Amino acid sequence: MAIVNAPETAASTQAARPITAVDWRRTVRMGLLGGLGMVFIAAIGMFEELDGRPMIVPILSLGYLTVFWVPFVAGYLAAKEETLEGLAPPQKGLRDPLAGLVAGLMGGLALWLLTAFMNAFEWRDVFLKLSPTLLELLTFGNDLGFAFLALVLGSGLLGMLGGALAVLPESGRRIVVGAIVTTFVVAILEVIFVDIFEGIGLEAVTDLVYDINGGLAWGSAIVVAILGGTLAAVSAGASERSRTRWTAMEPAPRRTASLAAFVIVALLTIFLPIILGGIVNELLANVGLFLLMGLGLNVVVGYAGLLDLGYVAFFAVGAYTTAVLTSPISPTLLGEDGSVVREEGLLTIDFFGWEGWAVLGAVLLVAAIAGIVVGTPVIRMRGDYLAIVTLGFGEIVRILFLSDWLAPVFGGAQGVRQIPSAGVEALDLVDLTITGVDPRSIFYFVAVFVAIAIYVSWRLSKSRIGRAWAAMREDETVAEAMGIDTVRAKLLAFIIGAMLASFGGMVFAVKVGSVFPKSFELLVSIIVLVVVIVGGMGNIAGVIVGALVLIGVLGGPTQPGVLQEFAEFKLLIYGALLVYMMLQRPEGLVPSLSRSRELHHEEMQQDAWLASAIEEDDDEEASI
Amino acid sequence: MSLLVIEQLEKSFGGLKAIGGIDFHVDEGEIVSVIGPNGAGKTTFFNAISGMLPSTGSSEHRPIPDFGTIKFMGENITGLAPSEITRLGIARTFQNVRLFPNMTVLENVMVAQHSRSRQGVWGTILQTPAFRKEERKIEDRAKEVLGFFGSRLVGYRFDQPAYVLSYANRRRLEIARAMATDPTLLLLDEPTAGMNPRETGELTGLINRMRDELGLTIVVIEHEMRVVRDVSDRVVVLDHGVKIAEGSYEEVSTNEDVIEAYLGRDTDEGSP
Repeated sequence: MAIVNAPETAASTQAARPITAVDWRRTVRMGLLGGLGMVFIAAIGMFEELDGRPMIVPILSLGYLTVFWVPFVAGYLAAKEETLEGLAPPQKGLRDPLAGLVAGLMGGLALWLLTAFMNAFEWRDVFLKLSPTLLELLTFGNDLGFAFLALVLGSGLLGMLGGALAVLPESGRRIVVGAIVTTFVVAILEVIFVDIFEGIGLEAVTDLVYDINGGLAWGSAIVVAILGGTLAAVSAGASERSRTRWTAMEPAPRRTASLAAFVIVALLTIFLPIILGGIVNELLANVGLFLLMGLGLNVVVGYAGLLDLGYVAFFAVGAYTTAVLTSPISPTLLGEDGSVVREEGLLTIDFFGWEGWAVLGAVLLVAAIAGIVVGTPVIRMRGDYLAIVTLGFGEIVRILFLSDWLAPVFGGAQGVRQIPSAGVEALDLVDLTITGVDPRSIFYFVAVFVAIAIYVSWRLSKSRIGRAWAAMREDETVAEAMGIDTVRAKLLAFIIGAMLASFGGMVFAVKVGSVFPKSFELLVSIIVLVVVIVGGMGNIAGVIVGALVLIGVLGGPTQPGVLQEFAEFKLLIYGALLVYMMLQRPEGLVPSLSRSRELHHEEMQQDAWLASAIEEDDDEEASI
Repeated sequence: MSLLVIEQLEKSFGGLKAIGGIDFHVDEGEIVSVIGPNGAGKTTFFNAISGMLPSTGSSEHRPIPDFGTIKFMGENITGLAPSEITRLGIARTFQNVRLFPNMTVLENVMVAQHSRSRQGVWGTILQTPAFRKEERKIEDRAKEVLGFFGSRLVGYRFDQPAYVLSYANRRRLEIARAMATDPTLLLLDEPTAGMNPRETGELTGLINRMRDELGLTIVVIEHEMRVVRDVSDRVVVLDHGVKIAEGSYEEVSTNEDVIEAYLGRDTDEGSP
């Protein structure tokens, strides 16, 4: 019947959908998911915790934002329909806001049920965060009936707005989303903006924009939103255009353009920190620290395909080597009774003399030995076995540093303290004297090592060794049969990875000034791995983006990030992000070419086939 | 002088005797076909030569033959690592094509030059002239090898990932990759499997050219009897892990044991 009426059906889908044509299944799913999300966010205490941080004065706190973005997005998703390739997109209509409204109402209802539950029962023994404060927030200080109206209708309204967003044409949506995102980003990055503007000497601007007690004043929020919307409208399609222009470019001008981009980035790296304030420099130094480890792990996991979960061991080795060599109270230097007998460590980290280089050499040497020691026994293992064994090695190293047995060298749980603070003792740069304690000096110190690490891994990836690693990652047996000594290639990957991580360890020791076994827990390995995975395994640009996004925005295991407010929920967000990435974009934010080939093999093959890039041979075969 | 001499080679997997005492030799410049019904031990035989017997982990199943010696150019290569054997000059292809599917066509072949090049980490990092020269050499050699297959694997193909290639071209690329290890002896495991008659004919010519133009010595496992007839100087027939016949194609194809191995005894004729 559908076939008979085909023209008619096509015509009716072209017309606006009747209001009843809501995709109930999708709507209800989004509503349930949204409700679950809101209840979860409220119940883990994010709502309460972040309520104290104003976003837009006096309307919105960060706490409310963390909960009530959910119905908005759920409404949008409920209304948005998947457009299948080759089919006309479904016509938009009134049904979209309706779907959004329903999804939003469901979310609000779920949150109200939580409120009612909290009102009736006392379950704080189990769910610690279901506090009276949360109840008060959820009821807006009123009774349950008011809470019902406020929560359900409020969420419903937000859901409807989200649904309405799906009705807007692409360009309109860009503007709205641009305005919203800009406002919230400006509001949430207050500390950073203040820091930057202070650095440039324009405190007046931030004083004007932000409220005295934090948050955007509502007037400035409107201005920011308009600016954001305009920016989004103006920049529409810009990335698309630049990409097409980039691909259309001849190799020679493209090389020039790459070089120009490189020079700009390098100049920014050199000169921006002088302008920027202390906080941003500190953040960037942290990013650099994890970038170093990420680049090293990228060699091991991304290039050679060896899943190393104990990577923190090499980081620890680098840090401890630096510490023992440079601290004046390094346990080996203390007198019989534990008294301090020297004023200086064995060596100083002074790269203008020979001693800094000696420390660097020692760190690299020890790291290489550690790489061999860890690498040798696990070299014959593959896949999961390798991961588990390296995991064990990571813990062994940490426990060795913690042990009483080695305490005379590494200080046991007390670790080693008083590591001289920087290699860049004093630099005169454009009237600015940067001293050892200035975060800028640490930034430069990190930047130099990061530059080395990027260069080394870039060169290696495009060489005989890099090809051998790639082949080994694809098929170890065949790689061996093609003349690659896989034992050597694997060991080499471990050693290079260990050396890059030891750079990180050295920087860490110098930056923090003390090392303890506690700084080298499994979590560090995991987070570095997440940086590599989320960024894009096997791709240097990916690792850089991963480090910026994760370490810069969320922060490292103990290092603060831009979103300090979320510090308590950092690991939760890490986990959620990792799960999301694995489901939606396993190749990472900036994928390497071969990695996305691996993961989207079949789709690409189909695309290639559709574009009839596959063989004239096949046609011939078909005709025979 | 014989290039490859195998004496009394034996290998069992559990209770199964995959190879039961094979004597085998290949002279320089020869093309020898190894044929036999399914399960005759042909691939195990190749695996033994190239050092790739499967390692099952337990000590009884070490990846080396149970008994016998394999000598290549007078050197005992029994039990050497596959990469070592490749370096000495034996290259192989696989029955079920095993390329590096996500690497480009050119990279696939460049990788195979690994044991013929030596630049290490320092050369790479410092970009020494020696390193650049070697990279250029590797690339040129790879292109040269791919050029051996006519226009099929050159030009825009260089930068295509291997998986977009058609089946026949994958086989060709695998042979190219083996050739790029600069071998003396090339082991081809069913090179024409899955190819259509025209492609099969073409590959037959190619195998002959590899011997005549490049001076390679070739051992080929093949099921397609026309290919066997057209390329072989000598045919070795395996069945149940033992050599049951050896000689020219004509001799072997009329040998009663061989016919029996392929078709079964007269008395078995009714059974499936």
